[in-house]
Amino acid sequence: MSLFARSALTLALAFLYAPILVLVAYSFNDSKLVTVWGGFSTRWYGVLFRDGPLIAAALVSLKVAVLSASIAGVLGTLAALALDRHGRFWGRGAYTGLLYAPMVMPEVITGLSLLLLFVGIGLDRGIATLVIAHATFATGFVAVVVGARLKGLDRSLEEAAADLGAGPARVFFGITLPLIAPAVAAGFLLAFTLSLDDLVIASFVSGPGATTLPMRIYSQVRLGVNPEINAASTLLIAAVGVVVLGASWLTGRKGAIA
Amino acid sequence: MHASTLLPDQRLRLERVTKRFSAHTAVDAVSLDLAEGEFFCLLGPSGCGKSTLLRMVAGFETPDSGTIRLGETDLTALPPHRRPVNMMFQSYALFPHMSVAANLAYGLKGLGLSRAQVAGRVKDLLRLVRLEGFEARRPDKLSGGQRQRVALARALAREPHLLLLDEPLGALDRALREETQGELRAIQQRLGTSFVVVTHDAEEAMALADRIGVMERGRLVQVGPARALYERPANRYVAGLLGDVNLIDGRLGRAEPGGIRSVETAFGLLRASGEGEAGNAVVIAIRPERLVVRGEGAMEGLSGLLTEATFLGDRIRYRVEMANGTSLRASAALPTPGPIPTVGETVTLGVPAEGAWILPA
Amino acid sequence: MSGMPQRLGRGLVRGLPLLWLGLFFLVPFAVTLKISFSSPATAQPPYLPVLEWEGGLEGWREFFEALDFQNYQMIAADALYRDAALSSLGYAALATAILVGIGTPTAYAMARASARWQPILVALVIVPFWTSFLIRVYAWIAILKPEGLLNAALLKLGLIAAPLPILDSPFGVLIGLAYAYLPFMVLPLYAVMSRLDPALTEAAADLGASRARAFFTVTLPLSLPGLAAGALLCFIPMVGEFIIPDLLGGSDTLMLGRVLWSEFFSNRDWPLASAVAVLLLILVVGPVVLFREAELRREEAVEGPQR
Repeated sequence: MSLFARSALTLALAFLYAPILVLVAYSFNDSKLVTVWGGFSTRWYGVLFRDGPLIAAALVSLKVAVLSASIAGVLGTLAALALDRHGRFWGRGAYTGLLYAPMVMPEVITGLSLLLLFVGIGLDRGIATLVIAHATFATGFVAVVVGARLKGLDRSLEEAAADLGAGPARVFFGITLPLIAPAVAAGFLLAFTLSLDDLVIASFVSGPGATTLPMRIYSQVRLGVNPEINAASTLLIAAVGVVVLGASWLTGRKGAIA
Repeated sequence: MHASTLLPDQRLRLERVTKRFSAHTAVDAVSLDLAEGEFFCLLGPSGCGKSTLLRMVAGFETPDSGTIRLGETDLTALPPHRRPVNMMFQSYALFPHMSVAANLAYGLKGLGLSRAQVAGRVKDLLRLVRLEGFEARRPDKLSGGQRQRVALARALAREPHLLLLDEPLGALDRALREETQGELRAIQQRLGTSFVVVTHDAEEAMALADRIGVMERGRLVQVGPARALYERPANRYVAGLLGDVNLIDGRLGRAEPGGIRSVETAFGLLRASGEGEAGNAVVIAIRPERLVVRGEGAMEGLSGLLTEATFLGDRIRYRVEMANGTSLRASAALPTPGPIPTVGETVTLGVPAEGAWILPA
Repeated sequence: MSGMPQRLGRGLVRGLPLLWLGLFFLVPFAVTLKISFSSPATAQPPYLPVLEWEGGLEGWREFFEALDFQNYQMIAADALYRDAALSSLGYAALATAILVGIGTPTAYAMARASARWQPILVALVIVPFWTSFLIRVYAWIAILKPEGLLNAALLKLGLIAAPLPILDSPFGVLIGLAYAYLPFMVLPLYAVMSRLDPALTEAAADLGASRARAFFTVTLPLSLPGLAAGALLCFIPMVGEFIIPDLLGGSDTLMLGRVLWSEFFSNRDWPLASAVAVLLLILVVGPVVLFREAELRREEAVEGPQR
C-alpha cells in the first residue's frame, strides 16, 4: 500500500473517531466548559440518572425501536424473498424502487408526508405512529441485508431438501430460514438502531405523550454543549458498540454480511 | 437392504421430453428407456442439456412437453418432494447448519420410521460410505472426498428407485476421482439401484456406465455401451467426444464382401467398414491406435513423412504428414514389435478396414 | 408446482411489503401533494379545504375548486425559497465532491489492506454509522465553536491570532456533511474495489504504468459504479438534510430541510411546508432514479453478470 493511501486511511479513521472520543472524554469532565479540564468525574452520569424526562424518553425510544424493528424485520425479509425468489415478475422494477426509495428519501419529506397522512385519517399521534413511520423507512435496509445473504445462498440446498421429501414449508423453516437467520438478525439490529437514532421523522409524527430520546437530546443541545448529554451520548455509544460487536459476531460466525 | 429391487418394473422411461428456455431449446424431444438396475451416463459438454434433463427427472424443471415415467407412475407433474427419485448435487448441497447425521436423517422424516429405525438407517449409510464416527461433524469440517460420500449417502437414504448424480466426481482431484469411480460402481452394484450420472468427462463415463447416452445441443444423439460408441460412433461429434480420432473426407465407392466398402479420398482409395449409398459424401473415422506405422515399404499402405514421435511411457504417439500437407495421428502400444521409426523418416501407414469406420459427412 | 396454497404464499410474500409501503410511503406523498394546493387556516387540521365525505360529487367539485397554486406562487416569488433550493444543491454537491476526494483513497487503502485487516477496517468504518447521527453531529459543536478544541489548538500553535468562526458558518455545515456521510461513500466504493483482481494493476505495472497511472487508468475506471452509487447515496439525503445545518450552520444557513422544518413547526403553515416538500422531492427524484441505476450496475460489478 502506498504511503499516500495509508495516510489517507489513517486520517479518515481519525476524522471518523475524533469527535466521538472528544464526546466520551468530556462526559467525564468535572467542568461544564469544553476548554477547561476540571478533572475526572462521573457527576454528569449522576445528573443523567436523576433526569426523569430523559429516562422516560429513552423508554419510549426503546419501545418504538423494538416494535418497529420487528415489523421491518418481517416486511424486509418478505420483500427480499420476493425479489430473490419470484424471478422477473410484473412490476419488479417499481417494487425495488418502492423498497429502496425510503432509504435515501430526505427524512423531512418522509416525516411530513406521514404526519399529513396520519392527520388525514385521524390517527392519534403517539407510539403507534412512531412505530409505523420507523418500520416504513427501515424495511428497505432489512431487505438489503437479507437480500445479500439470499443471493449468496446455494439454491441447490433448498432443492436438495425438496429432493429428500421436504414440502415447501419444511424447506423454508428447516433450511432457508436457519441459513438466513444471521442476516435477519443483523437486519433487525440495523432497523433497531435506525429507529433509536431518528430525530427528524419522529419530530413530525410523535405526539405530546411520546417524546423520544433523540427529540429530548435535540431540545437540549440546541442550546449548546451540555455535559449531561455528553454522558447520555457516551452510554448510547457504548450500547451501540455492544450491539455492533454482537451483530458482527453473529454474522461473522455464520458468514453473513454486516 | 433394498426394497426397490423387489418391486417389479421401476424403470425410468422418457418420452419426447422437451424443455425450452425462451428461444433456446435446452432439451429437444429426448426419449430414453433405462434397464432395471442400470448404470447410465449422460455425456456431453456443458450446455448440451444433460443437466436440464436430469433436473427434469428430479422435478426442479418442468418439461414443456413429453412425459417422464418411473414404472407405471407418471412423474411429469409431481413436485420434487413427492418423487421416488433422489439426486446427488454437483455442489453436494450439504446443509451447513446440520451435522452429518442430521443431513443423512433429513430425508427419513415423514417415512413413518421410529427414532431407533432412523438411527439404524443413518448407521447403515455411514458404514456404506465408510464414514463411521463422523456423525457429529459439520460439513465444513470434512474433506472434499468425505463431503462427496456424505452427499451420496444422503441421496441414498430414502432408498430411491433411481438415483441421479450431477457431476458426482467433478469436485474431486484426479487421484481421488479414479478411486471413487470404483467405489461408486461397487455401491451401485451392491444396491441394485439405477444410477443416472451426468458428466462431461468421456473417460469417466466409459469407466462407470453400462450404457452412455451422448447429448449434443439438446438431442440424445447416440445411446450404447462404451465400446460401441468408441468403435462405432454415429457421427463425427460422438467420435471426437469419446477420444482422439482422425477424420478423412471421402466419397463412398462400391461394396466388398464382409461389409467393407471402398472410399475415394485425398489419399487414394481406402477400405473401410460401414454402409451407405455409393456416391455419397462420407467421413472415415480412424482412432490413432488403429493406424499402423512401419518403416517405408514394410507393408502395403499410405506413404508419409514422420514429423513427430512423442514417448508417453505406455505408448508412443506419432504425427505423419501426408503428401497433400494434412497430418494423421497414430499411436502404438509400447513395447512395439520391431524398430521404432525416427522423426524425418518416410514411413508407411497401414489402414485396416475394420478399424476405419464410415460416418455421414 | 404452483398449487393454490403456494400461490397464496407467493402473494403474501410479495404483497405484504407492497401493501405496507404503498399505504405508508406512496399514499402520504399523494396527501402531501394535495395539501400543497390548500390554504393555511387556523383550524384543526390547519389547512383548507378539507374534503367532506358526506358532500358527494358536489363536495368533490367544491373541494377541487378550492385548491390553488398560491403556495407555489409564493415559493416562486420569494427569493428565500429559490436561494434555499440552490444552496441545498450547492452544499450537497460540494460535500459530495469532498467525499469523493476523501473516500476514494480511503476505500482504495482498505481494499489494498491485508485480508486479515480488511474486515476490521470495514467494521471501523461501519461502527460510527451505527452510532447516533444526532450525537455525532452534536459532538462537532464542542470542537468547532469559537472557544472549542480546534480553535484552542490552532491558537496554541500560533497558526491564528483570533478564533475562527467555523461553527455557524458554511464551513461547519460542510465539515458536518463530509463527516456524517463518509461511511456511505466509502462502503460502496470499497465493495467494488475489493473485488477488483489485483492482477489488473500488476499487469498495468508490468506494462510500464506508474502506480499513479495504474490507479487512474485501471482501478478508478473500474470503480466508477461504486463511486456513482456512493456519490448519489450521499448527495440525495444531503439535499434535504436538517440536523447538520441546524446544529452546525447557524441561523443564516439556508437549506430546504430547515426551511420546511420552520414553516411546519414555527409558522405552522402546513400547506407551504408541503409545497416545499414537493419542491425538495422534485430536486431529488432525478438523482433517486440515477441511484437505482447505479446500484444495479454496482451489483453487477460486484457479482459479475447475471447468474
